[in-house]
Amino acid sequence: MIPPSGKPALAGKARLRFDRATGGYLLLYPERGLQLNPTAGSILKLCDGQRTVDAIVAELQKDYAGRPAPELQKDVLEFLEEMERRGLVQVPG
Amino acid sequence: MSTAPRPYTLVAELTYACPLHCVYCSNPVDFARRHDGLDTGDWRRVLREAEELGVVQVNFTGGEPLLRADLEALVEEARRLELYSNLITSGIPLERGRLERLRRLGLDNVQVSIQDSRPVESDRIAGREAFGQKLRAARWVKELGFPLTMNTVLHRENLARIGEVIALAEELRADRLELANAQYLGWALVNRGALLPRGEELERARSIAAAARQRLQGRMEVVFVVPDYHVEFPPACMDGWGRRFMIVSPEGLLLPCLLAHTLPGLSFGNVREQSVADLWTSSPGLAAFRGEGWMPEPCRSCERRTVDFGGCRCQAFHLTGDAAATDPACSLSRDHAKIEAARAQAAQPLVEFRYRTARADGAPAR
Repeated sequence: MIPPSGKPALAGKARLRFDRATGGYLLLYPERGLQLNPTAGSILKLCDGQRTVDAIVAELQKDYAGRPAPELQKDVLEFLEEMERRGLVQVPG
Repeated sequence: MSTAPRPYTLVAELTYACPLHCVYCSNPVDFARRHDGLDTGDWRRVLREAEELGVVQVNFTGGEPLLRADLEALVEEARRLELYSNLITSGIPLERGRLERLRRLGLDNVQVSIQDSRPVESDRIAGREAFGQKLRAARWVKELGFPLTMNTVLHRENLARIGEVIALAEELRADRLELANAQYLGWALVNRGALLPRGEELERARSIAAAARQRLQGRMEVVFVVPDYHVEFPPACMDGWGRRFMIVSPEGLLLPCLLAHTLPGLSFGNVREQSVADLWTSSPGLAAFRGEGWMPEPCRSCERRTVDFGGCRCQAFHLTGDAAATDPACSLSRDHAKIEAARAQAAQPLVEFRYRTARADGAPAR
């Protein structure tokens, strides 16, 4: 479980890249790549190891104003936990 | 003609030269007749043109890519193009200083091949003393902050030591472990009698790998690749012919897979003469097995045709003489008995290796 105070960062092997062909973001890692939907791209762009999950949610709130904060926080945590299981996001501590 | 799909990965085979003599090398058996045809400028252009076409990853491989003095320049160009770059190496000849330089220039990942968990057994496969240097190279990779992929090709001789191989990968702190059973093409086909494992050996290894994948989740990605000879249906070779992978051979041929240029009757253009985009969209060799139009029965009416794309063309040719046949690895192929016969031979006592070498007798150079 990632705590809301955790500071997620991309794993060392993963790199975000803007994709001209689709206008979205790709997450690249050895031999693989993930085509990210706009929300996933926005979340991962904010995973800099400095911001907490709460700070990321607050930032996203500006773009997803229609979504209540608790729901948005739940979505973000679920996504980050999946990425952590895949070894693509790390949350130190 | 159908429009070409978007390629995502460029496999840049910088040279077929290699200090090792691995008995299952995936280079063509006649590699010694094929010479490096591309200079630094050519390769830079290939990287640029591939990126324009949609490629986002590049694997620098060979042979041994470290033998190219211009590897640094190519890594730098890949970084400039924001390509995710992966160096696929034997770890020989590598010095820490060079690896450090590659790190600074923006190389993203290093894959080191380790043939076995034990020195004597590993060197026996490589045909020379290499194990100690490989471990040193793998440690440098992690010390310098790179992600490390460890690749071990599995076969009858080392399959029983898969637990030790996994332990070695953990000790080296690998981020990804590829436990890839040999695929019986190139040199591995020459040595199939000595390498192909029995089904029960494979099953045991598969369950050990599955347990490790579970245990190491989030820390180390564990990939286990089954040999085509032990499946009911073939995998999607290269994810489909000319679909997501583009290979540029040391000579400059633009290929859909590592061995497509060993198939007779197909012509693949050279990047020295045509642009990557032209070749990708309209080389006759790439068009030959794209889509479904070429498929024979039982593929043509099979619901798996969009999953496995008819399997491996090279395997079809080398086992049946017809590159357009259904992959004999498929249990529905009329040539599947050839696979079953090879499997039956896996019960035979050990057969001698022929090492990858330019020499006709297959003896390792010492």
